[in-house]
Amino acid sequence: MSRWLVRAILWPFRKLGAGRAAIRHQTLLKVGLVMVTAFIAMAVICGPRGGGEYGLLPFAPPYNPEQSYSEFPRLAPPSPSHWMGTDHLQRDVFSRVIAGGWAPIAVAFASIAIALSVGSLIGWVSGYIGGWLDRVLSLTMDAIYSFPSMILAIALVAVIGTGITPMIAAIAFVYVPTYFRITRAEVLQVREQTFVEAARAVGVPGPRLLLRHIAPNTVNAIMAVSSFNIADAILTEAALSFLGYGLPPPAPDWGFDIQNGQRFLQAGYWWLITFPGLMILALSLGFGLIGEGVSDLMNPKRRRKKIR
Amino acid sequence: MGLTKYILQRFVLTIPMVFILLSVVFLVLRLMPGDPVLAMLGGRNVSPELMERKRHEMGLDKPLGVQYVEYMGGILRGDFGKSSRTGQPVLYELFSRLPATVELAIWGMFFAGLFGITTGILAATRADRPADHTVRVFHIGSFALPIFWVGLMLQVIFGVKLGWFPVAGRLAGRYAFTFNRITGFYFLDALILRDWALLADVVKHLVLPAVTLGLAQAGLLGRITRASMLEVLDADYVTTARSKGLAERIVVMKHALRNALIPIVTVLGLQFAILMGGAVLTETVFSWPGIAGFLVRSLDARDWWALQGTIAFIGIFIATINLVVDILYSFIDPRVRY
Repeated sequence: MSRWLVRAILWPFRKLGAGRAAIRHQTLLKVGLVMVTAFIAMAVICGPRGGGEYGLLPFAPPYNPEQSYSEFPRLAPPSPSHWMGTDHLQRDVFSRVIAGGWAPIAVAFASIAIALSVGSLIGWVSGYIGGWLDRVLSLTMDAIYSFPSMILAIALVAVIGTGITPMIAAIAFVYVPTYFRITRAEVLQVREQTFVEAARAVGVPGPRLLLRHIAPNTVNAIMAVSSFNIADAILTEAALSFLGYGLPPPAPDWGFDIQNGQRFLQAGYWWLITFPGLMILALSLGFGLIGEGVSDLMNPKRRRKKIR
Repeated sequence: MGLTKYILQRFVLTIPMVFILLSVVFLVLRLMPGDPVLAMLGGRNVSPELMERKRHEMGLDKPLGVQYVEYMGGILRGDFGKSSRTGQPVLYELFSRLPATVELAIWGMFFAGLFGITTGILAATRADRPADHTVRVFHIGSFALPIFWVGLMLQVIFGVKLGWFPVAGRLAGRYAFTFNRITGFYFLDALILRDWALLADVVKHLVLPAVTLGLAQAGLLGRITRASMLEVLDADYVTTARSKGLAERIVVMKHALRNALIPIVTVLGLQFAILMGGAVLTETVFSWPGIAGFLVRSLDARDWWALQGTIAFIGIFIATINLVVDILYSFIDPRVRY
């Protein structure tokens, strides 16, 4: 069963041309993929279903994460009946933790997808056309890139507003320069190669040359970076939500739950912040491991180097 | 190319960069969907007259071009606007908080270097053995650390449960009225005053936030150290050193590490921007009275000018740091000048 699952998850990577033998040695990639798949399954099964209801199964999540139950103790430590304890509003922390995963995942995927499309499109065109357009775009992107992404995201969200869409827009904006820089650098390299020259000599028109011959050769570089960026975007989402720019309460969102728990920290109520934080860490780590594995696959030279 | 010429060239190249950055900040803040005036007045159900008056007061009803010229002119004159929350000029607020942030960043970098470089050396000298794998997993894990959560967990463990370190601020309350700032860098101030009790207190307050900030950076530094060390350990002069019969410790620390340090130092400098981003969260969690904490409080108070001024200030600050790092780097490794 688990073997079948791993094989199914790895299928797209096989299709990308990674050999069976190469994948067999990618422990990191496999572990990362299993972790991320588990998180996505959790987010889908326990996420909101509309109308303040959560979960597709009756026991997942066990209680409504938004609801205060008067029969629950207030701020009780983890116990067999509440695995992760209860919070100050008499809610079940475990239910909130497993139901709160969808927001970071959705925000990270959506924002990186937008940044990737916009950034690489501009990067392809800028690198291919060159000239003053390229120079202005490069300077602008470098300027944004040099700025601390976390601060930029916070400032953007403060202007746009709070909630899912503003978070996606802000994080997407922050990552556009990353993809611009990667694709532009790749295009500059690829366009000097002989197969591009050959295509040009045969009379392939410019746009087609860019889309069919140059752009596909930049995909590998984008792939490796995007997993790392998703890992990073999850942390940014958590940070925005921690600062109060995330989902409006009472919706469960890990970052915001940590901010709530902060108030009770001095009294030693550790469970309010520990569990949501561990979830953020594990989810981001899963994507980080995938990124690690993918870059090893794409670039065999990066693989461990024997010495002595 | 001579050193002076290199420095001049780097300096001249920084100017358009800062100019573009400031323009981007301006455009983004003006053109983003969302209305700062509405946000300032608390969101919904604001009368149009009040909105109009506030807009006029803030100068946001002028044409975009005029606003842009006023904004750029202001920054050139050193006028970053006035904070509506504190009533002080934004630049004054920022400069009074800069030492706190820089002090935190320097100590954060110190811990990042301490964790990163030692674990990197450990991994490189034991490549492909269990210690290497363990360290590598820790390095990857450090990228995934939500920095604010690390800060809070350290507070729970070392502040609340063990009671070793204070969890907020830069100084104990008893110093609040007796301590005269000299440089604003409290560590330095305590050294100048030769007040050892004060120094101990400053260090105690610094440890948790600096470790928090450092841990998140340690992974990247550790990986680069490992890669760089592996490269150097393969070099001929290391083989020569070994064949001379030198102790392995001396080969690693003297012959290999010194040469491996060049890329590490570069990364340390480039990481400063990331460090500033982490500082926002660290300062918030530890109630650290720095620039980043000021930014967050300005946002909470919907202090529009403080937000715009702080972002511009941070941009200029980062560009300056990058310039300084580049110049310092050309001293360490003269090859980059050519």
